[in-house]
Amino acid sequence: MIEVNKQGEVWVFAEQHGGKLEEVPVELMSKGRELADKLKVPLAAVLLGGQVSGLCERLGHYGADKVYLAEHPLLEHYQTSSYAKVIDGLIQKFKPQIVLFGASPCGRDLAPRIASAMKAGLTADCTDLQIGSHEIKSTGQTFDNLLLQIRPAFGGNIIATIINYDRWPQMATVREGVMPMPTPNIKNKAQVVKETVHLSQSDLAVEILAEHRQQRKVNLKASRIIVAGGAGVGSKENFKLIWDLAHCLGAAPGATRAAVDLGFIDRDHQIGQTGTTVRPVLYVAAGISGAIQHQAGMSDSQKIIAINSDPQAPIFGIAHYKIVGDLTQVIPMMIKAIKEKA
Amino acid sequence: MNNKTPFMEATYVGYHCVVLVKQVPDTKRITGQAMNEDGTVNRAALPAIFNPEDLHALEMALDIKDKYGGKVTAVAMGLPAAAAVLREALFCGADQAVLITDRRCAASDTLATSYILSCGVRKLNPDIVLCGRQAIDGDTAQVGPQTAEKLNLPQVTYVEQIQTLDGKRMVARRKLGNGWQEVKTTLPAVLTVVDTANEPRVPRALRLMKCKTAKCRGEIEAMAKADPSVNVDAVCKELDSKGLLIQQWDLDYLNADLQWCGRDGSPTKVHRIQSVVLTAKETKEVVPTQANIEAMVHELIVDHTIG
Repeated sequence: MIEVNKQGEVWVFAEQHGGKLEEVPVELMSKGRELADKLKVPLAAVLLGGQVSGLCERLGHYGADKVYLAEHPLLEHYQTSSYAKVIDGLIQKFKPQIVLFGASPCGRDLAPRIASAMKAGLTADCTDLQIGSHEIKSTGQTFDNLLLQIRPAFGGNIIATIINYDRWPQMATVREGVMPMPTPNIKNKAQVVKETVHLSQSDLAVEILAEHRQQRKVNLKASRIIVAGGAGVGSKENFKLIWDLAHCLGAAPGATRAAVDLGFIDRDHQIGQTGTTVRPVLYVAAGISGAIQHQAGMSDSQKIIAINSDPQAPIFGIAHYKIVGDLTQVIPMMIKAIKEKA
Repeated sequence: MNNKTPFMEATYVGYHCVVLVKQVPDTKRITGQAMNEDGTVNRAALPAIFNPEDLHALEMALDIKDKYGGKVTAVAMGLPAAAAVLREALFCGADQAVLITDRRCAASDTLATSYILSCGVRKLNPDIVLCGRQAIDGDTAQVGPQTAEKLNLPQVTYVEQIQTLDGKRMVARRKLGNGWQEVKTTLPAVLTVVDTANEPRVPRALRLMKCKTAKCRGEIEAMAKADPSVNVDAVCKELDSKGLLIQQWDLDYLNADLQWCGRDGSPTKVHRIQSVVLTAKETKEVVPTQANIEAMVHELIVDHTIG
C-alpha cells in the first residue's frame, strides 16, 4: 500500500491488445478527466505493450495529460504476472491517488492481483465514480475528496457506494459501456513518460499457446435503437419477430439472459448486469418482464417501449410506452406502421 | 457439456485439489421481504445456496480426481451455518471439508477474505486451487486472483477446460469475453472456473445418505444449546471416527496476522447503500390497435427517435 497522497494523479490503465486500444479505457478517459479536474491533479494513462508508443498521441487526444509508457518484448501479450509487476512498480514510484481499470476480462484479471500486492482496496464493476467526503460516525473523523465508487450489488438489488480512505491507491474497475466516449481533441497533447522495464522470462507465470479473438456478432453499445426480447417471446421461431422489427428500424437485436439461456439468440446479444450495458435512444422490450438484473443494463435508455401480456410486469415501471398485449400481434402492427410511415 | 475431455495419460499419481466454496444468498430470488426499509439487505429472508460457479469449480476438481486420482478438499469461510455448502460438497464427492470460522473474520472485504483463505490453503498444501469465477452476492471476481497473489502462485482465470495435466504442468483453455486462450502453467496454480466449464454432478443417493450427518463443531455446539443432553466432544469424536466431522479452523489455528483480517484488514468501506427503485417516468399506455400503434410510431418520428 502507499500512503494517502492528495497530490497523486488519476490513472487509467490503457488496455490494448495487438496494438489496438480497447474502447473501455477511452470511455474511462472522460470520467478520469472529470475526477482529475475536481481534484486539480493530472490525468495519466498507463500504457504497457511490445511496441505501442503510437497510441500515446491518441490517449492525449482523449484527454490524458501524461502517458506512462512501458514497452518491452515480454509485454507484447497481456499476462497477469508481468503486467502486474510493472504496474506495481509504477504505483510505488509515482504514488497515484486513483487507479482505474475497465471491467473487461483483462481488467478483472489484473486489477485484483495489483490491489492484493499493494494491500489496497479495489471495487469491482463500478457504474459511476464521484468525488465526495466521508465521515466516520463513531469518531466524527471526516475525509474529503475521496473517490466514491458506486456499483450495483446483490444481483443489482442495491447500489453500494464504496470508499477507501486509508490504504491507497483508490482502485476500481469500471463496467464497459457506462461512461460516455470523450470527443477527441487533436490539440490536446500528452507528455510521454518512458519507463524502463526490467523483465525476464521468469516473470511470466504462464505461456500463451494459442488465442482466438472473434469480432462480436453485434455492437449493442453503438446502436441508436435496440429491439430486445425476453423469455416471454416464447420460442426461437417467435424470436424472428424481434429480428424483423430490428431490421426495419435499423436496430440491433438484444435479449435478456433468460432468452439467451433458452437458446433463442446468441450470448453476444445479452443485455443486463451480466451482459452489455446499453443506453440507446430507443429500447423496445418485448416479452421482457423486467428483472432488476436486466433493468441494470438498459434503464438509461432515452425512450422505452415495453410490450408484455402481463399488465403487472415490472418493465412497465420504467417504460414510456406501455403496451399490454400479445407481442406476436403487436410487433407485426409496429412493422406495418413503420413501413407505412417511412 | 465436455463429454470427451481430451485428457492425456496421467504420469502423476494424483492431485490434491482445494476448492474454495462460498455460501451466498440467492440473489436471483430476491423478494420484497429481502430488502429492509432502509435499503439494506435482510439476509435472514434470503435462502442461502452454494455459489453457482463454485459448483463448477468443484466439478472440475472431482473430474481431476476421477481421472488422475488424488483428493478433493472443500474450504469455505463463514458462519457455522456455511457448513451446509461443505456438506453439499461432501455429497458430490469431496473427500474432506474445512470451515474457516471466526468472529474476527466478520466484515472482511475481498482482500481480507483472500488473506484468510490463503492462510487456510497453505495448511493444505494443494497442487491445484480452484474456485468459481465470482460469487453472485458481490460479483467481484476478486477473491481468486487475490488469493493467488497472497500465495504467490500463478493465476489462470475464466477456465473452461483443462486440456492436459502432466506432472506439474497444466494446459487450460480460458474463456474470454470475445474468444478464448490456451495457456500452459506450472503447478501449483490457482484456477477460477466459469459456468460453461461442465455440468455439476448430482450426488449419488448412497453418498448422500452417508454424508448427511456430517457437521462442524459449531453446529454441534448450537445443538447442545438447544438440547443440554448433547455432549459436544462425544459427538465430534464419533463423527470424526466416521470421517464426517467438518473441520473447523479459526484464525489462531491459521496463525493469521489479525491486522489483515476482518474490518481492520479491509481497505474498502461502505459509504452508503441505496435500494434500487428505478423511477417510474411518465408512462403512456397504448392499447394495441393498428391506429394506436401508428400514432405512437408517428410520435417517435416527430421527436426524431426513429426515422
